[in-house]
Amino acid sequence: MTATTPIQFGIFTVGDVTPDPTTGRTPTEHERIKAMLTIARKAEEVGLDVFATGEHHNPPFVPSSPTTMLGYLAARTERLILSTSTTLITTNDPVKIAEDFAMLQHIADGRVDLMMGRGNTGPVYPWFGQDIRQGIPLAIENYALLRRLWTEDVVDWQGRFRTPLQGFTSTPRPLDGLPPFVWHGSIRSPEIAEQAAYYGDGFFANNIFWPKDHFKRLINLYRDRFEHYGHGTREQALVGLGGQVFMRKNSQDAVNEFRPYFDNAPVYGHGPSLEEFTEQTPLTVGSPQEVIDKTLTFRESFGDYQRQLFLMDHAGLPLKTVLEQLDMLGEEVVPVLRKEMAAGRPAGTADAPTHAARLAARDAGQDRAATQSEEAAV
Amino acid sequence: MTTNTQAQAARLAVVSAGLSEPSSTRLLADRLAGATRSALAEQGVEAEVTTVELRDVATEIAHNFTTGFPGGALRGVIESVTGADGLIAVTPVFSASYSGLFKSFFDVLDNDALTGKPVLLGATGGTPRHSLVLEHAMRPLFAYLRTVTVPTAVYAATDDWAASDDGLTPSLPGRIARAGGELAALVAPRTGAAARQPQAAEEEVVPFEQQLAALRVEE
Repeated sequence: MTATTPIQFGIFTVGDVTPDPTTGRTPTEHERIKAMLTIARKAEEVGLDVFATGEHHNPPFVPSSPTTMLGYLAARTERLILSTSTTLITTNDPVKIAEDFAMLQHIADGRVDLMMGRGNTGPVYPWFGQDIRQGIPLAIENYALLRRLWTEDVVDWQGRFRTPLQGFTSTPRPLDGLPPFVWHGSIRSPEIAEQAAYYGDGFFANNIFWPKDHFKRLINLYRDRFEHYGHGTREQALVGLGGQVFMRKNSQDAVNEFRPYFDNAPVYGHGPSLEEFTEQTPLTVGSPQEVIDKTLTFRESFGDYQRQLFLMDHAGLPLKTVLEQLDMLGEEVVPVLRKEMAAGRPAGTADAPTHAARLAARDAGQDRAATQSEEAAV
Repeated sequence: MTTNTQAQAARLAVVSAGLSEPSSTRLLADRLAGATRSALAEQGVEAEVTTVELRDVATEIAHNFTTGFPGGALRGVIESVTGADGLIAVTPVFSASYSGLFKSFFDVLDNDALTGKPVLLGATGGTPRHSLVLEHAMRPLFAYLRTVTVPTAVYAATDDWAASDDGLTPSLPGRIARAGGELAALVAPRTGAAARQPQAAEEEVVPFEQQLAALRVEE
């Protein structure tokens, strides 16, 4: 089982099939999927804590079926937490999410959490029978149902977006009766920060493509509202952040090697220069020390946080290069970040959520409640 | 850009999409700002004018389309425009409409960022034959943005800069003065009011219970 740590480090993948701009070669879907599996196993090998896969339903992306992929990885890894970035709470049936991820919890012995997101590909909504203008209401209603399916054995349900349920039991029940931990991912919606705060869930600000001021406001809102709803102090709120790096021993080598991938990347290619983008967003292209320095600024902007995921494998980077990047991340960057972030961490800051830690906390709470009711009875 | 904030000064933002230096578009923009300032002064309201040349942020505007966020100086420019008490927007006529740069700037604003804002429109061109661009292109754009656009929009053709008042139609200075007066009349009462709120300093949010209640979701 994964030990309790102040902060978890990991990688998240979009699962894009993109031509390598330096060779013009496009991997097949099969090659890309196998590469993702290799990358995930490498993440565990180099000592990272989390692997998260995106969910997409249109080319050039391959990961349409996250729990299939994560189920395989559950069998091939020992410690790695298997997660998503994101699971589409708007267009997936919440009943299927409840079933799939409870099943995965059992298979992976609890090494599972997930990140809810709405998805930003317009046509996915109508393809799955939904209306994009209802994005926020769908996220709210579907998640409310998902929680009930995980926490109540028998559910009667009627909502606006889904066929009613009468006497429905979602199987299997969550491992140890404890649903997977949930992060809510958002890049711009305060409603989602509010939702995460209301439930005392985690809030993941996928800050990799935007300047930090925007995310400061969202994370501050989430922390304030987490406290408002009585889940703990602002510092006990559970925050995750994204990052994006490309490293070589010598900074200029990293810049030269990564530039063609940057310039042609589907997300930001043909826009601002690499230099402008690294100045304005969390992207770091340089030496491992530069990555450490930049990542350590995140806590100054957003407060101490619980999960740091890096995007390492997009824009057509070859598998071999990605694996080299993961070696550097695991050997040279993350050990330093763990040490630095643990050292300056204020007392009372929440640890990163794991199944074992949450289970212990719940049982301690139940014991306390039981003791109190016994005392009340006497 | 001006940053001092006098207690009761009206904040005017002037957006000029002129490209040459000097440009007649900027000239018209300055004249419109001057007329508005004079009309405000007559009502005892001081004006603080921030003028933006879109040419200076043209690259950042293009990047905003590819990255989704305003980089560099563009962010400050957007804040000065969305936070102003009144806006003067002037474009050269290109291919029978506002310039692409002018449109692109308004495309990267949030679509409700200018709702309710008093706006004065101006355009420049080589001949008077494009003057209706104000009515068939610019007014619909600002209607979509839900601004409060003043009745007089000012078009300046090259010849206008040398035309004298012939007693039949108002000369360019006369049109500028009328337009400035109209904008001042809308801006003066707003000064120091709603626009004084800091721009996006904090996120606002509907409490979650209300969102659940709106869906009648049972917990």
